[in-house]
Amino acid sequence: MSTTEKTPAGTRRVETIDDVIIRFAGDSGDGMQITGGQFTATSAIVGNDIASFPDFPAEIRAPAGTLPGVSGFQLHFASSDIYTPGDAPDVLVAMNPAALKVNLGDLKRSGTIIVNKDAFAQKDLDKAGYKSNPLEDGSLAAYRVIALDLTRLTKTALESTGLSSREMERCKNFFSLGIMYWLYGRPLEPTLRFIKEQFKKNEKYVEANTLALKAGYTFGEATEVFQITYEVPPASLPPGEYRNINGNTALTLGAITAARNAGLELFLGSYPITPASDILHEMSRYVNYGVCTVQAEDEIAAVTSSLGAAFAGCLAMTTTSGPGVALKTEAIGLATMVELPLVIANIQRGGPSTGLPTKTEQADLFQALFGRNSEAPVPVIAAQTSGDCFYAMYEAARIALKYMTPVILLSDGYLANGSEPWLIPDLSKLAPMVVRKRTDAAGFHPYLRDPGTNARPWAVPGTPGLEHRIGGLEKEDGTGNVSYEPLNHEKMVRLRAQKVASVVQDVPDAEVFGRESGDLLFVGWGSTHGAITVATRHLIAEGHSVGHLHLRWLNPMPKNLGAVLKKWKRVVVPEMNLGQLSFVLRGKFLVDALSLSKVQGRPFTESEIVEKAHEVLGGLR
Amino acid sequence: MSTPVDTAANAANAAAPQSKKDYVTDQEVRWCPGCGDYAILNAVQQVFPELGIPREKFVIVSGIGCSSRFPYYMNTYGFHTIHGRAPAVATGIKVARPDLSVWVVTGDGDALAIGGNHVIHMLRRNVGLKVLMFNNRIYGLTKGQYSPTSEQGKKTKSTPYGSSDRPFNPITLALGADATFVARSIDVDGPHMKTILRRAAAHNGSAFVEIYQNCNIFNDGAFENVREKESRSENALYLEHGKPLLYGKDRKRGLRLNGFHLEPVTVGENGVTEKDLYVHDEHAPDAAAVLLARLPGPPETPIPMGVFREVTVPTFEDKVREQIRDAETRFGPGDLEKLIRSGDTWVVKSA
Repeated sequence: MSTTEKTPAGTRRVETIDDVIIRFAGDSGDGMQITGGQFTATSAIVGNDIASFPDFPAEIRAPAGTLPGVSGFQLHFASSDIYTPGDAPDVLVAMNPAALKVNLGDLKRSGTIIVNKDAFAQKDLDKAGYKSNPLEDGSLAAYRVIALDLTRLTKTALESTGLSSREMERCKNFFSLGIMYWLYGRPLEPTLRFIKEQFKKNEKYVEANTLALKAGYTFGEATEVFQITYEVPPASLPPGEYRNINGNTALTLGAITAARNAGLELFLGSYPITPASDILHEMSRYVNYGVCTVQAEDEIAAVTSSLGAAFAGCLAMTTTSGPGVALKTEAIGLATMVELPLVIANIQRGGPSTGLPTKTEQADLFQALFGRNSEAPVPVIAAQTSGDCFYAMYEAARIALKYMTPVILLSDGYLANGSEPWLIPDLSKLAPMVVRKRTDAAGFHPYLRDPGTNARPWAVPGTPGLEHRIGGLEKEDGTGNVSYEPLNHEKMVRLRAQKVASVVQDVPDAEVFGRESGDLLFVGWGSTHGAITVATRHLIAEGHSVGHLHLRWLNPMPKNLGAVLKKWKRVVVPEMNLGQLSFVLRGKFLVDALSLSKVQGRPFTESEIVEKAHEVLGGLR
Repeated sequence: MSTPVDTAANAANAAAPQSKKDYVTDQEVRWCPGCGDYAILNAVQQVFPELGIPREKFVIVSGIGCSSRFPYYMNTYGFHTIHGRAPAVATGIKVARPDLSVWVVTGDGDALAIGGNHVIHMLRRNVGLKVLMFNNRIYGLTKGQYSPTSEQGKKTKSTPYGSSDRPFNPITLALGADATFVARSIDVDGPHMKTILRRAAAHNGSAFVEIYQNCNIFNDGAFENVREKESRSENALYLEHGKPLLYGKDRKRGLRLNGFHLEPVTVGENGVTEKDLYVHDEHAPDAAAVLLARLPGPPETPIPMGVFREVTVPTFEDKVREQIRDAETRFGPGDLEKLIRSGDTWVVKSA
């Protein structure tokens, strides 16, 4: 469907398209994350479905113009529902040769490249390792290249501002954003509001960036370079009120909501670590919401101060990433022993050790399930989408309080930084919280258990008559006194295991998207949800007998899982690790779960999963 | 199984007069016979009932080691945590509930080796915790390895040819971390220990108390110079605020400031009078406390006992709470419905 309209620049076509994938790429100092984030937010506001994937280096400012310094932001927006940031971009906006070089390989064949021609001087080409200028040597012949003097155009537009040349140049990201807004028919207002807020401390930057954005838009309108503009109509999302949200914000809001519904103060002990720090930042702004945050001296103090706050009656949590969890391990064991509610949120990143701090991975599943000395079972829940981090956090807190246990929540860098439109929840419809605080001293023992859940009572210091001691030494069943009795120890080990196993009564049965049984079942967990969903749809559309089951609780697993797995000829587990869930499924259910691994610090693409399915299904014929 | 806690005896009478027996648990105390820990337990059980704090408001937090079994023997709230982490756990408790009286019981290995990081950060923040660090200069529970306070060259199971480590001086470490209350006492001097415990309890902020404690199994006689009454009256210098630094059985010996050193002198000899002696000032912001802490001890100098420093600084928990109250005043109590709608929102109508 397309229409034409008359513009001052001549006759242009407006093409209506269903979805677009754009990647903004530049130096880490070029403001690409802001540009991408703004395009995302605006696209969400105009009603498109969106999925974004920010991808930035670990260095704050790697040497300018070099390959390691390239920061990218991929955005998928559409008029239909989408689940991933997309495989290959339709459009690449490259602010310099390094950004072009790093990202070109991902671009669709015959895709569009918009480059800043001013950044292609010999020294820039040298830094990126180009032997000749790709804009002139014909190497980009397969693409549609639009080379613009972005730096010069921005400076011209800002001449009147009195800013230094360098300051003016830094506004070129808003100039290019203005062009993109024009090209895709987006309104400027949301970003104009953002600029006002972001630079409120410096009026001249508000003015300059506003001018740059508008000038970019006007340039798009006036230039004859763009013969086609695009319209991406709103998506038909379920009705309701929406906002744009990333995983770390959703997790923060989920925690505050959980504490509010439980009538408890929220305590966050945390130590800065990528990609979890934003939760600490955001939570620290909300102290008037019944939140208390402590930036501890190290990861161990972060979790142990939280455990202290849990003893003192708070809904306590700690946020970190894999290396931090490694340091917190002993304290999580203590939390298991003293049976206090505590949420440990692991925003996973590439590992082992320091690994790839800003890249995504889901290789901490074994660590979450087994990473403590002795028998120390902990419920483990994984968020599936950015918005789902809200619900996964809420649920983790609910289970921690109901069962008096530490709970590990797994998110990852992809969910944490990626964003999507989020249907704002009706808070009154969230599951009620069970808080086991006890004040009655009659018949009190710290390790007497609730018959339904095996949870022990929460006797908070300050409560008269309930004075008692807890600690890491083995407890006598009931009294909680120190006990070295061999049979008591086995009983307690089993009791703790049984308590965590009984969380299954709060775990919904596993449901398969697609059909009930058939040739190939994908089993996933965490952030692969989107990629597996689109791959499954693709395969079903091709006529294959395929289903998708996504595990939210990794421990305990749904009651019906074993039975469901047995209804399929093949089980394939796509994971961003070397096959951790498939290992667990094989061990638990004696099922021949095949592993599809990817550990590149990047999420799966649809085609990678489809390809694997074709191979497995081919073997069935 | 022990009997359920008797509510009537405690709950209703929180403010009622308390006695030592209110703080004794039914658990058998399992330190070695002759251990200095018994005397410290006894002193704490005697002081707690005097403090006018309801029993349910006490929390004792410990790490790992002989000293860290302490909470099991105190009928208060107690948390026997993991090695070195008691100050961090206790920080969480105190920040969450500033109304509680939170005591950390730890040892030289627990506090200064594995837990050194938490100790210095607790002290610099001035978290309102009372820290009793039992210093026996040895690892007792793991059966006799040298500790961060063992003297250099000490022969132990893990250092058969003598240790190569230089030891920490816990008092200078605490002063270096800007602790607001720093004191020393010794297990065998019950009355002095109780005085110091009361002072620590009354201090608003971190109170760091080093208690010399004899391990009669693995390091007997570590504090021989000040252990027996006789030698103590000769070698201990009891610090008193505003009083000259006098010590010795006949109280004729004293310390005089000479340049940047405290120099032992004898009153009545070489024209030295009491007026020449250095006057102890607990509240001094300068390095005087450090000079006292760094005295080498007998035979050259005495060993100071008592309060080295007490200064008034806002506590961490008060600052945190103040900030929360300020935010509530400035922004009002958080409206969750508004918060989840922060930023731009839009409505999708049903088709």
